[in-house]
Amino acid sequence: MSETTNILVVGIGGQGVMTATEILAEAAIALGHDVKKTEVAGMAQRGGVVSSHLRFGTRVLSPQITPGAAHLLLGFEAAEGMRWRHMLRPDGVALMNTGRLVPPVVDLGLYAYPDDPVAAVRAAGTRVLAFDATAIARELGDLRLGNTVMLGVISDHLPFPTDILEDCILRRFATKKPALVELNRRAFAAGRAAAKQAAQAEVVPA
Amino acid sequence: MAAAVREVAQPVPAQSRRLMSGNEAVARAVWEAGVRVAAGYPGTPATEMLEVISTYPDLYAEWSVNEKVSLEVALGAAMAGSRAFCAMKHVGMNVAADALMTMTLTGVAGGLVIAVADDVGLSSSQNEQDSRYWGRFAHLPVFEPADSQEAHDYTLAAFELSERFAVPVILRLTTRICHVKGIVTVGERSAHRAGGFTKDAARWVMVPGNAGRRLPLMFEREDKLRVEAELSPLNKLEPGSDRRVGFVTSGPAYMHVRESFPNAPVLKLGFSYPVPFAKVRELTALCEQLVVVEEVEPLIETELKAQGVAVSGKDLLPRLGELAPNILQSAIARLLGEPAPEAAAGAAPLPVFPRPPTMCVACPHLGVYYTLSQLRNVTIAGDIGCYTLGFGHPWNALDTCISMGASMGVALGLDKGRGESDKDKKIVAVIGDSTFLHMGMQGLLDIVYNRGNVTVLLLDNRAVGMTGGQNNPGNGRDIHGAEAPRVDFAQLVKALGVREERVHVLNPYELPTLFKTLRAETKIAEPSVIITNQPCVLIKDYRAHQPFTVIEDKCTGCGNCVDVGCPAIHVTRRARVTKASGKEVDLSFVRIESAACTGCGLCVQPCAPDAIVHAEQGTSAINLIIKN
Repeated sequence: MSETTNILVVGIGGQGVMTATEILAEAAIALGHDVKKTEVAGMAQRGGVVSSHLRFGTRVLSPQITPGAAHLLLGFEAAEGMRWRHMLRPDGVALMNTGRLVPPVVDLGLYAYPDDPVAAVRAAGTRVLAFDATAIARELGDLRLGNTVMLGVISDHLPFPTDILEDCILRRFATKKPALVELNRRAFAAGRAAAKQAAQAEVVPA
Repeated sequence: MAAAVREVAQPVPAQSRRLMSGNEAVARAVWEAGVRVAAGYPGTPATEMLEVISTYPDLYAEWSVNEKVSLEVALGAAMAGSRAFCAMKHVGMNVAADALMTMTLTGVAGGLVIAVADDVGLSSSQNEQDSRYWGRFAHLPVFEPADSQEAHDYTLAAFELSERFAVPVILRLTTRICHVKGIVTVGERSAHRAGGFTKDAARWVMVPGNAGRRLPLMFEREDKLRVEAELSPLNKLEPGSDRRVGFVTSGPAYMHVRESFPNAPVLKLGFSYPVPFAKVRELTALCEQLVVVEEVEPLIETELKAQGVAVSGKDLLPRLGELAPNILQSAIARLLGEPAPEAAAGAAPLPVFPRPPTMCVACPHLGVYYTLSQLRNVTIAGDIGCYTLGFGHPWNALDTCISMGASMGVALGLDKGRGESDKDKKIVAVIGDSTFLHMGMQGLLDIVYNRGNVTVLLLDNRAVGMTGGQNNPGNGRDIHGAEAPRVDFAQLVKALGVREERVHVLNPYELPTLFKTLRAETKIAEPSVIITNQPCVLIKDYRAHQPFTVIEDKCTGCGNCVDVGCPAIHVTRRARVTKASGKEVDLSFVRIESAACTGCGLCVQPCAPDAIVHAEQGTSAINLIIKN
């Protein structure tokens, strides 16, 4: 099963994690792959943890990605990226939004939010590309574009051409909300640029 | 969104390959099978089956008030010769079991398939159950698909078997079927006419004499079904080349087995009850030892052992929770005395705070739990729904949660069984609108009839909130969003015998009234009902208001607003000060995420220094938590 690609998309309920994974799945199907997508989303709509598993390849059997088997980790929220780091293969890449969503248990002083989730993931030996997708979306004028920014980020790390993924995103809006096509095109491009910039900023090990 | 009037979808043409969840695949097959009546009650992970079915043309679909009623509706339709379908989550079958245990005697005329979805791993349930037991208990056949395509195909096969043997068929699903999306090739709808109801008291009227004559027929049917299972193409023997370990498996566990041991001999049981013993014996001839891999109880394992077949199972594998390839690989490595596979060793997770589900920004339950958390000397019996979250921080204002409607009976029991130390305790029960209609009404009647001293909080938010805002008789909309007769909760509880003076309908955002009423009613030694009347923030009935913000200079850090528990309130800074009295006080200075705030005003009311004011006009109300 070595030809199966495993992508883990994580965040919190309401961020669009499941929709993003669904679009990635559509792109993989468009290329003729077998696909399975599954979530661990306990009461996800209520701001809890969501992790969405996507596996594609010639034939996919088990829908679950097991710890240490993910090729890519797409983190919609900083601490959530950190929470799921152990799911990555040793050579896997974490694509982490540095934007933070602080839960009530932290506001109540019951737990602390990690000081620097990106640094913690790097310290654990994982390659990280970090960017502020929330800020990019805000600059584009709508926080809801964060989802498309994240897909732009992952697009150059997939084993298929970028334009297939972009088509899958824009097709969704073309039918329902044509006015949003151009905005999402820009969000996707901004995500790609952010990932490239993050890659350039990486410290090259001596 | 569930509240909207749904359009009837144009079903995709046959032969299309679609990415579908198991629930969507079952729904499609129900339509293809020519089903005329489908019923269910929402519950994770089963909810989407009925939701999707309701979008298909040429069939009748309903949200029933509970699972027992839904099964009875489906049975009635099958008695009338229609093909019928019923879907529920695992605990729903506990409610429906009374009907199930007798319909196995009558059997059916039109095909009847009952989909039961087990929440293996408890993603959103109060317990974990293995619904395959119902097959053994009620002597009914059980089908277990392993992915979306099989969920589709087995549903069609289940209708065929149901009609051929005049027997209801249990389609056993788990979360990893219901909520996994895979590629499905779909087919055409075949029309099925209702054969019509044929009067036959010996068959349909289950009085002792008639039922007694049906019992031997049920056992005969079971023997025939075992023969059928032996021949069924749903039970597949895959010989394999690695003879060291062979596997008997069913449901999604098959996928983990096949992925982990591509060359092992495997018997995949799609028609898993009655167990085809001869087929298992064929497998034993192909391998040195046999392991049964099943979620979650050792049902097949126990039956094989009773037949004298040497097997391993739960001695190697966990008895609870989901299986996965890594769990299986380690277990089999131990069995074979091999080192544990590398991937299973894995890296340890980094420590990160837990992120439990929270109530939504501006949720009407926030004010209720804030108020309950201020009451002293109360025991609060809770129920199933979003409001169960009231047990958590910051409210800690819910003391029990058992099953649908249990808050009523448990509260009465807490009242009648109180110990010396509880003699002055007030007993409060909290229940949602749909849960009350599902199974709470009877409990309230019991409280009234037996002169209990319970204050009931009936939280009417006009939706089945936790499962995604489905309609119910409390909001006057049917499964399609069309207008339907609406129950009047105040009239209903009065009709059950609660005195008119003891019934209050309140706006839960008005904290002083809520507090006063609750305090007064808990002091009165008779049943009272306080009904809250504001909608769930996730449904269309909810109206957002101008958001609030905190004037930083005015915030004194009292933290009162934090105790409301709204996720839009964030602590920016903490401090500890020593008061003149020498007492140390912790301060929490706050800000409001105005972009998430919808202006419910709950936090404004306890704010001591009036530091919370309306945010400037033009702040875009993009909500991070509320699903668009």
